[in-house]
Amino acid sequence: MTELHSYMLLAAAVFCVGLAGALSRRSAIVVLIGIELMLNAANLNFIAFWRFGPNPEVFSGIMIVIFSIAIAAAEAAVGLALIISIHRHLRSTKVDDVNELKG
Amino acid sequence: MDAGFAIIGFLTLAGAAGAMTLRNLVHCALCLVLAFGGFALLYLKLGAEFAGFAQLLVYVGAVAVLIVFALLLTRNIESTGERIGARDWPVGVAIGVILFVLLGAAIVNSPFSHALPETRANAPTVKEIGVSLMTDYVLPLEAVALLLTAAMIGAVIIAVRETDSRK
Repeated sequence: MTELHSYMLLAAAVFCVGLAGALSRRSAIVVLIGIELMLNAANLNFIAFWRFGPNPEVFSGIMIVIFSIAIAAAEAAVGLALIISIHRHLRSTKVDDVNELKG
Repeated sequence: MDAGFAIIGFLTLAGAAGAMTLRNLVHCALCLVLAFGGFALLYLKLGAEFAGFAQLLVYVGAVAVLIVFALLLTRNIESTGERIGARDWPVGVAIGVILFVLLGAAIVNSPFSHALPETRANAPTVKEIGVSLMTDYVLPLEAVALLLTAAMIGAVIIAVRETDSRK
């Protein structure tokens, strides 16, 4: 039987892998992938606490994960639209090249 | 920790590590799909069936496909010979490692590290989720609906090709 701390440790590990990648990769799309991994790790934490919590008939953990999935999808769409637009201007998706405010 | 959790957890962590370290960006997206699938299996294992299938539908079916489309539209489908790390990439990796050590210490030293009984309540049916979305969670539902509309319109406006009228 898997305990709560196993799920929490796995969620923490995936979160830190996503954070390390989002901070140290040059391509903006990989940074967005890291952010999606971080959001998924937080969702796993919510579901694990819902299951091992005192009263799981109140399914607020599932509800917040549903909303979190929807919000993360919207954020990924807008972020990728921004990357496509920047690529159209600068011909590059490297985060180092986006260093001017002038359009 | 049983064998199912060990296998699914290893696959999820391997997918996450591959998504962050591979050079070819399409391989990164495919490893991300593996990580999303692992998360969906973990939700099913925890008894949250709706969240598991919503994860598969939205993340694997929409977000991963969107990422692949963005890779195609920005011509990132070949793996170049340049380095993949940013200028100070060891700092980023060190921050991730330090944060994992802190979180792991907090988890191990917390009251959750003792084996808690897994409560055997029934997972909510889709009807119960729908009823609660319309009664208890109607305000977040409307807010998320507004957010999704704004995000859809905003993404189209940002990414649409501007017609140059100064010809």
